[in-house]
Amino acid sequence: MKANVYVTLKNSIADPQGFAIKGALNKMGYESVEDVRIGKLIEVELGNVTKEEAEKQLNVMCEKLLANTVIEKYRFELVE
Amino acid sequence: MKFGIVVFPGSNCDIDCYHVLKDVLNQEVNYIWHDSEDIEDYDCIVLPGGFSYGDYLRCGAVAQFSKAMDKVKKHAEEGKLLIGICNGFQILTESGLLPGALVRNKNLKFICDTVEVKAENNATPFTNQLKDGEVINIPIAHGEGNYVVDEETLEKMKENGQILFTYQENPNGSIYNIAGVCNESKNVLGMMPHPERASEAILGNGDGIGIFKSIIAFFEGGQKND
Repeated sequence: MKANVYVTLKNSIADPQGFAIKGALNKMGYESVEDVRIGKLIEVELGNVTKEEAEKQLNVMCEKLLANTVIEKYRFELVE
Repeated sequence: MKFGIVVFPGSNCDIDCYHVLKDVLNQEVNYIWHDSEDIEDYDCIVLPGGFSYGDYLRCGAVAQFSKAMDKVKKHAEEGKLLIGICNGFQILTESGLLPGALVRNKNLKFICDTVEVKAENNATPFTNQLKDGEVINIPIAHGEGNYVVDEETLEKMKENGQILFTYQENPNGSIYNIAGVCNESKNVLGMMPHPERASEAILGNGDGIGIFKSIIAFFEGGQKND
């Protein structure tokens, strides 16, 4: 079972990297781009577990390590 | 007084801390390898600066699961003194021993500079040898020192006197100019500035020594100041 975990900054946290990239996109000519936020995609190969077990494990992994819930939010999808 | 300095793969201020505590302040000091399970008791544990685990994922995120951190958490829960400097501060917020988090500097730059830091509360184990409101010059060297915390927690921290150091001029975007905070029971301090790099006048700056002297004075005094 494989999972894609998406970790992104909470809306209340400023993202200076995203802001710099927004500026670059604007300079490329995409003047209508209003906002860019950067996050992480973490691919996790979970081994041989059930869908239910995978979701349970991923929630704990995200809460404890993959995301810092003080500043980040997370979501995941099971791929196969 | 017996100090323990935790050494993670990627720590690089451990030797500076050791030198100040051992050679300048004549204290007993041991290194604690991050992977050790059988750790003796210490009066104060130091989490030094550096780039533990290469700052992978987030600064301090991986270090919180080092074997030595179980002992560090227990040590803090017992009310014993714990100080995290720079990367050590990041490890303390990641492991939940201190509130808030440290994110990328507002200007996206790694800042290496000496800055003016104000002691906001001198009635703690870490600041009792400083004058209240004293401004000291301490080096900073970080890319992720922008302290964030929700408003509600910040208000509680202000009321409880947990904000121990603030920048005179905000270098990194930290909320409320925060440079260092302690936990509610005031036995755990995290700070981005490096007092161990400014603890000998002969090397150019002795302003940081007061923090280590405070720890020793508190321990020898045997009771809390607040």
